[in-house]
Amino acid sequence: MSKVVIHAIYDDEEPLLESAKQLRSQGFSIKDVFSPFPIHGIDGVIGVPRTRLAICSFLYGITGTSLATLMMWYMMVQDWPTDIGGKPSFAYYMNVPAFIPITFESTVFCAAHGMALTFFLRSWLIPGAKAKNPDPRTTDDKFMMVIETEEASKSVIESILKGGATELHYK
Amino acid sequence: MQHESEIRTPLILGKKSYHQITEDIVRPIEGKASKLWYILLTIASLCFLWGIGCLAYTIGTGIGVWGSNNGVDWAWDITNFVWWIGIGHAGTLISAVLLLFRQKWRMAINRSAEAMTIFAVMCAAIFVTLHTGRPWLDYWLFPLPNQFGSLWVNFNSPLLWDVFAVSTYFSVSLVFWYTGLIPDFAMIRDRAVKPFAKKMYGILSFGWGGSARHWSRFEEVSLVLAGLSTPLVFSVHSIVSMDFATSVVPGWHTTIFPPYFVAGAVFSGFAMVLTLLLIVRKVYHLENYITIKHVEYMNIIIIVTGSIVGVAYLTELFISWYSGVEYEQYAFLNRATGPYWWAYAAMMTCNVISPQLFWFKKLRTSLMFTFILSIVVNIGMWFERFVIIVPTLCRTFLPSTWNMYHPTFVDIGIFTGTIGMFFTFFLLFTRYFPVIAQSELKTIVKSSGQEFKEKAKHHGH
Repeated sequence: MSKVVIHAIYDDEEPLLESAKQLRSQGFSIKDVFSPFPIHGIDGVIGVPRTRLAICSFLYGITGTSLATLMMWYMMVQDWPTDIGGKPSFAYYMNVPAFIPITFESTVFCAAHGMALTFFLRSWLIPGAKAKNPDPRTTDDKFMMVIETEEASKSVIESILKGGATELHYK
Repeated sequence: MQHESEIRTPLILGKKSYHQITEDIVRPIEGKASKLWYILLTIASLCFLWGIGCLAYTIGTGIGVWGSNNGVDWAWDITNFVWWIGIGHAGTLISAVLLLFRQKWRMAINRSAEAMTIFAVMCAAIFVTLHTGRPWLDYWLFPLPNQFGSLWVNFNSPLLWDVFAVSTYFSVSLVFWYTGLIPDFAMIRDRAVKPFAKKMYGILSFGWGGSARHWSRFEEVSLVLAGLSTPLVFSVHSIVSMDFATSVVPGWHTTIFPPYFVAGAVFSGFAMVLTLLLIVRKVYHLENYITIKHVEYMNIIIIVTGSIVGVAYLTELFISWYSGVEYEQYAFLNRATGPYWWAYAAMMTCNVISPQLFWFKKLRTSLMFTFILSIVVNIGMWFERFVIIVPTLCRTFLPSTWNMYHPTFVDIGIFTGTIGMFFTFFLLFTRYFPVIAQSELKTIVKSSGQEFKEKAKHHGH
């Protein structure tokens, strides 16, 4: 049987959330929701798993800490253990207070940029990428639900959407 | 939907629908620029050009064209650097710290405050890179493998910490700001009529569509970036303060500097945000979004941080007396009664006394008074950095090295130039970028919008 894609447009986020809950309780899956701002509570309803970006960020952060430590140990203690203003350069731990500021900055730098880059690539947000919303009004004041379903269940879904959606389009 | 207490004043005035917010925010971008905008842009860019000229003259002739001398080897350059960096800090505070504290009033002001951060840090970077005698060798500051047997940098110096701190601060602030701008650029892209504008905002918006998955990641990124920017902003100005605090100079060698500089940074930064926003809300008719309540909240932060700065000044004075070190005691006596007593007096009046006027509700809710005071605070905070640097350096350990400092026209010209650059960029920003984060604002219309609050009251919630 052929597939149907339904684009249901809403004026507000609450009826959308309501329809989404009904569809889910009847076992239909919602492909995506496009909205001008984050709708809180939609993730659980349409089954968006919690993002792991924060874990990535933590890993990038400790990478930054290690790189900075390794760099300063190598340059200040291993390669050129020079006496600069009487600072002890015999071992890393002896001069560690002076290394803390850069270690900290490097941690933040790697955590922030690593996570931001991961976010952009994972969501394929790059300069020149095609706009991902099927209807341009969804960045202004419209909310859109995309449902992919079998031809047969079309009328059931329609009856659920009838209450809240202002427009229905088929693809 | 979140329910909000009736005690809270609405943050969005008037009857605003989602679409109305869009319209209000894109008006300055889609409309024609006013005559006033062109006049201001001309003045600002002329100042900017004059600054570039003064910088070129400095690089071509040598640092000797400045008023700095053997004793006072840091003067306007570092004063302006710390001043600009300090101004930048309020932007991060508003967007990051207030986000962590879930302060919804930040939403109307965070975008322009972050823009202010970016431009202020650019101005600050000019001073640190070009106050060196041989700025063409500034790349030696980076630990790059090289042909001198791989000669590295010295990681003990706070000036090198500055390089890492300022570049991290600038790049992370830029990414934080840009990530927030993406949904707004997409909104402008989707309603643009002219093909060129559509193309440009299409590139700028990175193909954003606002899908639920992307929003979920977007919010996580914003939250984690806020969590990273908060310690960053504290560390950056602490590192800047260590340029002084780790020295042996009496008057500089104090442990109070890191928190005290940060408090001063927030203080002056909020003052600058107020100066800018009071004009922006008027010129771009955003009075319904940047309300008197927003101004009042910012003024309250100014009282808090101004008082912290006041306590720090008194602590320094007390400790210098309590220390029994005559050099330390003389350093403060010199600040108060020496040849630069007027700078010290200006700093004390502008920073300690004037913000206390905000305890009066009538004054902190008056736009005119706030505007004047925000400028007073910025002058005061400039003098604070001047007082810390110049009077201290002109009277150090050996009386035979005592001398005076007089700025030359080049010192003044470069400072004027950075102000011109800041305003040039800020004016361009207000014309081409959405000055309010509309996607954030739309999330609070139904909890903090005036219309919805009044309706909720009628229903007896």
